[in-house]
Amino acid sequence: MDIALLLESAVNGALVGLMYALVAIGIVLIYKSSSVPNLAQGAMVMLGAYVVLAFAGLGLPLWAAIPFGILAMFGIGIAIERFALRRLAGRPIIMILMMTLGLDIFLRAGTLAIWGATARPMQLGIDDAPLFVGPLLINRTYAVGAAIAVAMFGLFVLFFRTRVGTVLRAISDDYTAAWSVGISVERGIALSWAMAAVVAAIAGVLWGSVQGVDQSLALLLLKSVAVAVLGGLDSIGGALIAGVMIGMIEAVASAYLDPMVGGASRELVDAAILILTILVRPHGLFGRHDIERV
Amino acid sequence: MLFRQAGIFHTGYDADRALFPIPADRIMIGGLLVLAILAPFYLNSLYLSSFVLPWLVWTAATLGLNLIIGWAGQFHLGYAAVMGIGAYATVHATRFGVPWEIAAVLGGLTAAMIGLVFAFASLRVKGLYLALSTLAMQFVVDWTITHVPAISGGTQATLQAPDIRLLGLPVRSEAGLYYIALAWCVLVTLFMLNLRRTALGRALVAVREKDYAAAVIGVSSFYFKLVAFATSSFIGGVSGAVLIGTFYHAVTPEQFSVDVSIQALAMVIVGGLASIIGSYFGAGFILLMPGIMNSFISWLATEFGFSLGIETLAHLPHALYGALIVAFLLVEPLGLGKIYGNIRDYLLVWPFGYTKK
Repeated sequence: MDIALLLESAVNGALVGLMYALVAIGIVLIYKSSSVPNLAQGAMVMLGAYVVLAFAGLGLPLWAAIPFGILAMFGIGIAIERFALRRLAGRPIIMILMMTLGLDIFLRAGTLAIWGATARPMQLGIDDAPLFVGPLLINRTYAVGAAIAVAMFGLFVLFFRTRVGTVLRAISDDYTAAWSVGISVERGIALSWAMAAVVAAIAGVLWGSVQGVDQSLALLLLKSVAVAVLGGLDSIGGALIAGVMIGMIEAVASAYLDPMVGGASRELVDAAILILTILVRPHGLFGRHDIERV
Repeated sequence: MLFRQAGIFHTGYDADRALFPIPADRIMIGGLLVLAILAPFYLNSLYLSSFVLPWLVWTAATLGLNLIIGWAGQFHLGYAAVMGIGAYATVHATRFGVPWEIAAVLGGLTAAMIGLVFAFASLRVKGLYLALSTLAMQFVVDWTITHVPAISGGTQATLQAPDIRLLGLPVRSEAGLYYIALAWCVLVTLFMLNLRRTALGRALVAVREKDYAAAVIGVSSFYFKLVAFATSSFIGGVSGAVLIGTFYHAVTPEQFSVDVSIQALAMVIVGGLASIIGSYFGAGFILLMPGIMNSFISWLATEFGFSLGIETLAHLPHALYGALIVAFLLVEPLGLGKIYGNIRDYLLVWPFGYTKK
């Protein structure tokens, strides 16, 4: 394999990886504030895409439907926290995991029951022609998605410096202490769910424009979990860097492995990265070290 | 009333350690066993082979998963993978001419060996990270089964399972297959019932409650975690083999995908952690619910005169299934087993409810 092709798949892989990171940021936001591993994030991405399309179906142009979709997802995120997760606070982690898995099933099947399983296009109006950078061909949609992921990261860095952001950081440091100084922990956690749902809607729009809006959007879960764990479950910057790494490894490895094993080696690479991370460095690249080990 | 305790005196250790110390329980279990054995004579074959039989096999599998989650306190999100390994190993062994009963044990042992690989993750991390690593291993096993033609017979392939032969005699009748499932389920149940009163069971509970504390009193958490994973994988592997042999009659990778793992986990949670009767309830509930939901929705549709689209009808039962899992976790996190326990506790002292505590 020649070096240009390798470089090209690596660069495109890195851009795709940043789009994985966009999904992973949602998991990180929730884990950071409440230590809940949100295995329903893939379903939320799918729901976000469908909600945006539903607003577009009302006759709104897509650019106007997206803010409405984001608003709706903000409410849905708060509702999920309020009605499903809040009452499980302090329960064993197995109950919380099962709750997010149950939510995943409910959101996925509920979305399909309302809007149907046929794949729909999401026309963002991004040119299909590749972008030429020297000898490399770069997919424009990936480039836009990666740019938005980086922009979201920047927004969150700024957000965590505001007053509300400081409150969220206090909750994630020590929620008992935060509570005792008068911070409303429930509200903070609800806000983090709402932000995760908003990020999911944005990721849903971008991924929907890449692969069409259907139930396969929910399969982004494994990749985003791998990204979140590799970056450290409580580090947003870590998710971004881990996304780039996983995207590149996946693209290059599948370019080499696919001809050997007959395709579809991407999932294997993701699962292998997840297992290796957990065995070698469970707190990830940038996570805090206080994870309970055996 | 039903479970009268008055007048029951345990005068020796044997009586005190009996599996069912209350006569009412013994009578009930005996009655249920007789009903189960006679089932082929009074149930029609549709109910027998498409509801009762898979329920029994899934109960055995749920008990195996409950051993690792409920008793030993270790997560396992890759249980379907373990069952699949057992099923594929058994099918391949029988195709090579190994008698089915030996092949099923071989399948169980293969599953136990690969299940130990899952255990190595549990020696390093626990809680959420163990759950995620077992989930990842599920994907690895799935991928391996699908992409290695020597195992699956090629991508998208269905491997025909040879007919079960016990002691050289072919078992073809529905009643025969049912008895195989029943025997396996009863065997696993007996094992789990006895687990409570053996050193192994108490050691597993000690490891579950706190592994440092277990180590302090001389229970090696390293050893018992390995034992727990190996045992539950063995049960899962044989259950997978029985499921294929008696119910599906052919094996494909989709029968043991991630969704099936989550379904098995839902059976354990809905049934109740570390509850044997709960495993029966949980497996039955999760297996039967889609069908009941379907008929319930169509009944509603005809009763109230609204019509639903085909896609809505196809996905609504699944959405309700998710909603029910959520509802169970909110309303009774300890599951159907706990509800049964509450009713039984109430009846134990009825009508003298004030004697409780």
